[in-house]
Amino acid sequence: MSPIAAIVFKDIAIEYKNKEAFSSMVLFGILVVVIFSFAFEGSDRKALATSLAPGMLWVAYSFAGILGLNRSLSMETDNDCLQGLLLSPLSRSDLYLGKVAGNFVFTIIAELVLLPFFIVLNNLAFDGKLLWIIAITLLGTLGFVAIGTTLSLISAQTRMKEVMLPVLQIPMTFPVILSAVQAMTLVMTDDPRGISFPLSLLGVFSTVYLTASYFVFEYLVEE
Amino acid sequence: MKQKILGIASIVSIGVALYFALIYAPQEPTMGVLQRVFYFHVPQAVLSYVAAILFGFGSLMYLVKRDLKWDRFAYCSAELGVLFASTTLATGIIWGKLAWGVWWAGDARTNMQMILDLSFIGYLMLRSYLPDREKRARLSTVFALLAVINVPINYGAIYWWNTQHPKPVIGPAGGGLDPDMGTALVVCLLAFGVVFAYLLVNRLGVASTEDEVGELEAAVETA
Repeated sequence: MSPIAAIVFKDIAIEYKNKEAFSSMVLFGILVVVIFSFAFEGSDRKALATSLAPGMLWVAYSFAGILGLNRSLSMETDNDCLQGLLLSPLSRSDLYLGKVAGNFVFTIIAELVLLPFFIVLNNLAFDGKLLWIIAITLLGTLGFVAIGTTLSLISAQTRMKEVMLPVLQIPMTFPVILSAVQAMTLVMTDDPRGISFPLSLLGVFSTVYLTASYFVFEYLVEE
Repeated sequence: MKQKILGIASIVSIGVALYFALIYAPQEPTMGVLQRVFYFHVPQAVLSYVAAILFGFGSLMYLVKRDLKWDRFAYCSAELGVLFASTTLATGIIWGKLAWGVWWAGDARTNMQMILDLSFIGYLMLRSYLPDREKRARLSTVFALLAVINVPINYGAIYWWNTQHPKPVIGPAGGGLDPDMGTALVVCLLAFGVVFAYLLVNRLGVASTEDEVGELEAAVETA
């Protein structure tokens, strides 16, 4: 088994045993969606579907994602598991990519579980747009997780980790979220002509964050 | 001595800048007296980018040299970054309310300036939650390098996203500026530059003393 696959497998095995991160992510995301659906009750449904829905969805995604990231890396630092991982024969960059892959899998599954709740509670008609929405979700989540894994390893080593991660993560992922929301708005308004632009921005951000984090990661774990 | 000279120079240069901005520069025909915010808004915006560049440079140098001097340099630049990014936003909000009729247009560039400000604040907050000096320097440096990636995005934002923020009037694509207005802008830029240098030099001195005190305290505790 390759080192990256081994880390992903380890994370999935732990999650399968205790089911902590996934359940909290999904439940928290659903709560955000429910609050939004109550808050915007009585507003124009059509306007909601086109202009507000993408933003609401990404707020739910971000909050749920931050919760999962926090859990994923504080799990490693809490009982000095990170020391064990660093002692094992895998390179620092494999460790980073493995954690990114694991976080990506968890976040995507949580988001895909969240999506139907969001559609139903807001009476949205996605029709044939669902594939687009999923594609944008995948690309946006990659950028979100690529930088989020690095930032959560930073915040996991501070005294106030639960507070620290959102403070670092939200400003950094703002361009990703903005591009994803713009792309989704274009899909929802049946106007996919300009979509290549936000999609390519998403691709650029994901690549930049992945590369930059890949290079700086070794400085985070040196002892 | 250096600090005293810079202190006197900044008082004098602010006086000169006020004369150039409020009296010397000609009245702009459409916006009238309101346009004079320009002579404060633009220098502060430029200096917030300068702070971001120094911040990134100091962090990079710390990773290479591992000298706490560079960490202090990055840290003090970040504090000035908060100051100048915030005053840019404040003057921008005032100008926007009077010129566009809204306080906050949600425009790409103002959003990115806000993000720059929040990244500086996140960096300072991260440092306050890391008690160990070496760890504080190392982890916050990694965050700084990732945050600095946002600066070119910030600058590019005005071209990438549709925006109602005016394009720069100076530079290759600019529409040109009345020569007297140009003189006033350069004077204000230099004046605020002197203030920036004064604050940075003073803050570096204080930070260096803080580190010495920290070392002495640690020595007393171990003794």
